[in-house]
Amino acid sequence: MSSLQAKRGVLVLHNILPALALSLLLAAVFWRQPRAMSYFGVNLLLNLAIPLMFASLAQMMILAVSDLDLSIGPFVSLAASIGATLLPTRPALAMLAFVAAVAAYALAGALIESRRLPSIVVTLGLSFVWLGCAVLLLPTPGGLAPDWLSSAMAYRTPWLPMPIWMALFAAALGHVLVTRSAFGTLVRGLGGNPTAVARVGWSLVRLRAGVYALAGLFGVLAGLMLVGQTTSADPNIASRYTLVSIAAVILGGGKFVGGYVSPVGTVVGALTMTLAASFLTFLEVAPDWQVGMQGLILIVVLGLRAAIDRLERIA
Amino acid sequence: MINSIPEMLFEARDTAKAFAAVQALRGVDFQVRRGECVGLVGHNGAGKSTLMNVLSGTLAADRGELHFAGLAVGSGWDVREAQRLGVRSVYQELSLCANLSLAENMRIAQPQFKGWNWRLAAGAQLMATLDRIFPGHGLHADQVVGELSIGRRQMVEIARAFTPGALALEVMILDEPTSSLDNQAAAQLLAYIREFVALGKSCILISHKLREIFTVTDRIVVMRDGQVVESVLTEQTSRDRVVAAMGQDEQVQENPRHVVAQTGSAEAPLVVNVSSTSAARLGVKAMAGEVIGLAGLAGHGQTTLLLRLQAGSATRAESSVWVGGATSFVAGDRQTDGVFGLWSIARNMSVGWFSQLCHRRLIDLKGEREYAEHWRQRLGLVTPDLDLPIFSLSGGNQQKVLFARALGSSASIILMDDPMRGVDVGTKRDVYALIAEEARRGRTFVWYTTEFDELFHCDRVYVFNNGEVAGELSRAELSEERVLDMSFDKIAA
Repeated sequence: MSSLQAKRGVLVLHNILPALALSLLLAAVFWRQPRAMSYFGVNLLLNLAIPLMFASLAQMMILAVSDLDLSIGPFVSLAASIGATLLPTRPALAMLAFVAAVAAYALAGALIESRRLPSIVVTLGLSFVWLGCAVLLLPTPGGLAPDWLSSAMAYRTPWLPMPIWMALFAAALGHVLVTRSAFGTLVRGLGGNPTAVARVGWSLVRLRAGVYALAGLFGVLAGLMLVGQTTSADPNIASRYTLVSIAAVILGGGKFVGGYVSPVGTVVGALTMTLAASFLTFLEVAPDWQVGMQGLILIVVLGLRAAIDRLERIA
Repeated sequence: MINSIPEMLFEARDTAKAFAAVQALRGVDFQVRRGECVGLVGHNGAGKSTLMNVLSGTLAADRGELHFAGLAVGSGWDVREAQRLGVRSVYQELSLCANLSLAENMRIAQPQFKGWNWRLAAGAQLMATLDRIFPGHGLHADQVVGELSIGRRQMVEIARAFTPGALALEVMILDEPTSSLDNQAAAQLLAYIREFVALGKSCILISHKLREIFTVTDRIVVMRDGQVVESVLTEQTSRDRVVAAMGQDEQVQENPRHVVAQTGSAEAPLVVNVSSTSAARLGVKAMAGEVIGLAGLAGHGQTTLLLRLQAGSATRAESSVWVGGATSFVAGDRQTDGVFGLWSIARNMSVGWFSQLCHRRLIDLKGEREYAEHWRQRLGLVTPDLDLPIFSLSGGNQQKVLFARALGSSASIILMDDPMRGVDVGTKRDVYALIAEEARRGRTFVWYTTEFDELFHCDRVYVFNNGEVAGELSRAELSEERVLDMSFDKIAA
């Protein structure tokens, strides 16, 4: 009986760790800078998390089928570049480009399944393709996002600042799509035991292609939101998203293999990763040191995650 | 629609299937009638699981016809089509997603649960079937499969397959369904199978437990070497007759029975000694220069023993295992534990020899080359160049490389984990000769094999059953019947 309780305890710890890390960071920020505890303060602190949330959801789709996407950063950059160049002038062509990009993602998924290729290799290769396309579109940083997009991203949402609304929306969307829906169950099943899924008659090629297409869709959304915030783009605007999105998924309770992912945790993880950067600014850490310190925070949280997983195995 | 044989439900005619060099099915005819339970028995590698995979649509046969309810089903036979017509299967390796709950696993198998509350509906249906087959199972629909014991998982998988749904359920194929069930659950399942066929449904039961086969089935089909060798009504046969049919000796060109005993000298030093944990059971001993065979059904502890010996020579991990010398391992599952896929043929051999080939912590490249060349000639390896990638070789030649890796090392004890799986006859003959030669030089072989004829190359044979040694046979005492008897006895008891 007590072992069952210990197991439950560890499980609760597993689930609340991302929220715990986020609240700790928030508390620390508010303690250093009480004025941040306002509509504008929170907006400023977490604004950059909005595109990252969707990029992390894209990464989460891929991790849910036990693959890894090393191209999501360049892909978001490409979507942002399309948003800053084609979208204002030739919207139909821009839409076509987005559709083609998502289709390319789906094709990559189908290829990975049918040819049994390692996803890391395929997506690493694709990352250079995305970067190349972005450089072709936008050789120097610049461009201009369409007005409707910039004003939508600057919209003053009622009651709560936009990042909070977006986080709630992204978490709910992810939860319904991956945790609650039958399709999501199938996706996680594919990550857990592909043979079992194939043996009950599902086409793994179509399934994996669908997962990758959804990831591409989330990537396009992330790129559009990013370019709406910054109003201009550059081909490397989101390259760090690749690794940060993986960190967000793992921080949120996902695992690299076995189809274990948590959409709510992923969104919280994306918020935490963004806040860690802001927190260091508030601590007046020199920008030179910030990246290293961010890494340190990540190591601490992921270390905790590993320790909890170990407890789980023992319990 | 003309139904010439009304009671015939599912029929395979002249079905053949080969995996590379291995002919798993050589023209099998197999029938299931409506309301009949057919027991399918045979040795490991007799083709039972392959036949089942063809019937359930997970494997496409190379040749042959399938007929369902009197109609020929063409080349479009796949899992989907099989399920649409009502053919369902429970596989030997469990096919549940460990990261999903019971209800979610149910949904994956049967997509008819729709709407917001599909989870509840799917869970309730699965629970209802579990209650019917395994009353008192103690499972909940929202439990995650990964947290269940293997026996419970098997119960869930069986219940999932038996749960009626939008799709028909006409034939149930069960491959070793009781292998991880305890006695009570196994009895519950067998009772349920009788109820199931009494409703006019059909069942194909694959099992090594002959007692189960004789309790449940109406007809017994015996397979051997990819062929059906006997099909007889259960009431008209006996256990002895079935065992004899399973083990009928194929006429081998060179009967290995006549291999001259090379060693057996009692004064040779003891090199392996494994004492049994329980006094009732036998331990395992091996002298220098002996070839020891490990027999019995697959997965009954033979590989575990080899791994214990391997661990025992590196460190004295267990007090009950004593190994007097270095060991080298020949893997049977080449792709998983054998070859380094990106390395050359020569490197795949020499990776086992580094202790001899190293000179001041660096590899002696010239020595490596000469030694590899030596083994290439000794084994008759068919390749133009040893620097080619390992996958340029055929399966049999890859296996020869693994033998070279082990035999070229300085280890005095060679552990072999069913190394002839999927190897052609020519390679086998070469390797048997090599083993005999090396044994004469004082090397010890511990050889797990699933091929009965190979046991005649051993000086002594230990028969395994449920992780323990069930009996010991010298070469003179060896017969297939005695091995089968020892393998089955304790299970049946």
